[in-house]
Amino acid sequence: MKILVPIKRVVDYNVKVRPNAAGTEADIAAAKMAMNPFCEIAVEEAVRLVERGLATEVVVVSVGSSKAQEQLRAAMALGADRGILVETDAQLEPLAVAKLLRALVDKEQPQLVILGKQSIDGDNNQTGQMLAALMGWPQGTFASAVTVDSGQVAVTREIDGGLQTLALNLPAVVTTDLRLNEPRYASLPNIMKAKKKPLDIIPVADLGVDITPRVSTLSVALPPERAGGVKVASVAELVDKLKNHAKVIP
Amino acid sequence: MSVLVVAEHDNQTLKPSSLNAIQAATQLAGPVHLLLVGSGLAAMAASAASILGVDKILVADSPIYLHQLAEDVASLVVSLASGYKYLLAPATSHGKNVLPRAAALLDVQPISDVIAIESADTFKRLIYAGSLVATVRSADAIKVLTVRTTAFDLAPASGGNASVEALSAGTASGLSSFVSEVLAANDRPELTAARVVVSGGRGLQNGENFSLLYTLADKLGAAVGASRAAVDAGFVPNDMQVGQTGKIVAPDLYIAVGISGAVQHLAGMKDSKVIVAINKDPDAPIFQVADYGLVADLFEVIPALTQAL
Ligand SMILES: Cc1cc2nc3c(=O)[nH]c(=O)nc-3n(C[C@H](O)[C@H](O)[C@H](O)COP(=O)(O)OP(=O)(O)OC[C@H]3O[C@@H](n4cnc5c(N)ncnc54)[C@H](O)[C@@H]3O)c2cc1C
Ligand SMILES: Nc1ncnc2c1ncn2[C@@H]1O[C@H](COP(=O)(O)O)[C@@H](O)[C@H]1O
Repeated sequence: MKILVPIKRVVDYNVKVRPNAAGTEADIAAAKMAMNPFCEIAVEEAVRLVERGLATEVVVVSVGSSKAQEQLRAAMALGADRGILVETDAQLEPLAVAKLLRALVDKEQPQLVILGKQSIDGDNNQTGQMLAALMGWPQGTFASAVTVDSGQVAVTREIDGGLQTLALNLPAVVTTDLRLNEPRYASLPNIMKAKKKPLDIIPVADLGVDITPRVSTLSVALPPERAGGVKVASVAELVDKLKNHAKVIP
Repeated sequence: MSVLVVAEHDNQTLKPSSLNAIQAATQLAGPVHLLLVGSGLAAMAASAASILGVDKILVADSPIYLHQLAEDVASLVVSLASGYKYLLAPATSHGKNVLPRAAALLDVQPISDVIAIESADTFKRLIYAGSLVATVRSADAIKVLTVRTTAFDLAPASGGNASVEALSAGTASGLSSFVSEVLAANDRPELTAARVVVSGGRGLQNGENFSLLYTLADKLGAAVGASRAAVDAGFVPNDMQVGQTGKIVAPDLYIAVGISGAVQHLAGMKDSKVIVAINKDPDAPIFQVADYGLVADLFEVIPALTQAL
């Protein structure tokens, strides 16, 4: 069974992002970049399925600039077998990414696609669900456990009230939540090995997909700041503030 | 042209998040229809008819919808979509599961987690874990939106008089099936609807120590939340996580205990009206958003606070 794992290059989660001077987009030109944390969890899960003998090959794909090759190499250092870059300098929306991924799924014929649940830049939480829809495949979103067994994948999902387990017919789409696994660190030998793994580059135009944006960003701004508060010296003072000043407790 | 709100419910009761989504819908032009998809919905449909702002309730009541599987709910929504200019759902795990799937089938780019409706086609949402507010405009003929519940009031549960229309069920896709569910048994208020929230972080050290917070919460009639670190460490279940990738809360009072205040945590609680931080590290970033900060050992302070209330 082949597994396709789409990964996104995003601003590192430790970076405090600010608007650009014109207030038209996030100023990330000089920011440290990394693989989206949820995608790292997706790669780790796919690699573990291979290690458990439940899958045979892990193909990682990124849609983005040529710099996303760094993240594809990082994913191969974690154990993915090969990489595909769908190259474009455009900022693509989840709908366009899902359509490009559909074209790749048609080519590669994986039985399972594992994506992150959410990219931490746009916080969309859409691409996996949209790819599943376009393929007519079942979806198991926000997974905290995945088991593959006789033509099906069982996915335990983190939902608002607790946990839900679904059985999906293969082929299927799964999106990862934080508790699915803890990604390994790439060892130096594996980083070296990853440099020799195959990495194909496909210009976005070759996939024949309409990627015209539907949603335009008119402005980007800082949210209103909270006014700084005060330090209290004791529990008694805190209770007094809450009762008599903030009036949030009786 | 009207607005279709996909309700969040457990077949028995409508979740408060549905009322937030209805309130958002009333800010858009046109009548508001509420879609109930599930099994055994008659009682809920009858009481939903009195929600103020809803003009019509559409009820798809069938055993195939018992677990509201995304494949089946999305295809039902798609079959109804041509009559609407807007499809809305609360930005909860259910709404986020279903609406993007429906949007893709409609060839629409959905907009997640809307915090303000600026005009018929322009919306505000947060990006980068709440670090930035983006104002975005949709060119799609149908707008598909999930709305952040904390950004919209609850629509009044009474005062309305909606008509109720039964829909015939579609066919089950058969692509997925329900296996099991473990729902947290909880007699405290629901995290996203509570007036007071007490949250614990890694500073609590283990799951047993959370009982300190439960005792405090019971005194305050509060819900209990947690940081990702506390959930990852197994102190408490996942549905208690507050933050960028957990639940978004905005209670009147949020008490953060042993939580450092990472931007991903702040993303889930910084719109709370009053924030209290209890942390032994005076430089913890949580103090930058706290109205009242107490630099102290939580193991001394929480029992004393519980006592003092
Ligand atoms: C992709 C991604 C998504 C994330 N999503 C979320 C999310 O949704 N929600 C979330 O919360 N985090 C999220 N995080 C994690 C976030 O970055 C932080 O790691 C996390 O919030 C830290 O949790 P914490 O404050 O409990 O732990 P820590 O940062 O370890 O802080 C513990 C605090 O407890 C204090 N303390 C210790 N002992 C005591 C004591 N006896 N008395 C008083 N104070 C004490 C310490 O001074 C410290 O400030 C995410 C991270 C990533 C990468
Ligand atoms: N440009 C991209 N290239 C590859 N995968 C992507 C891209 N954008 C999104 N994804 C995948 O979709 C997931 C969810 O992203 P989003 O819907 O943007 O929140 C990510 O974790 C990735 O797995």
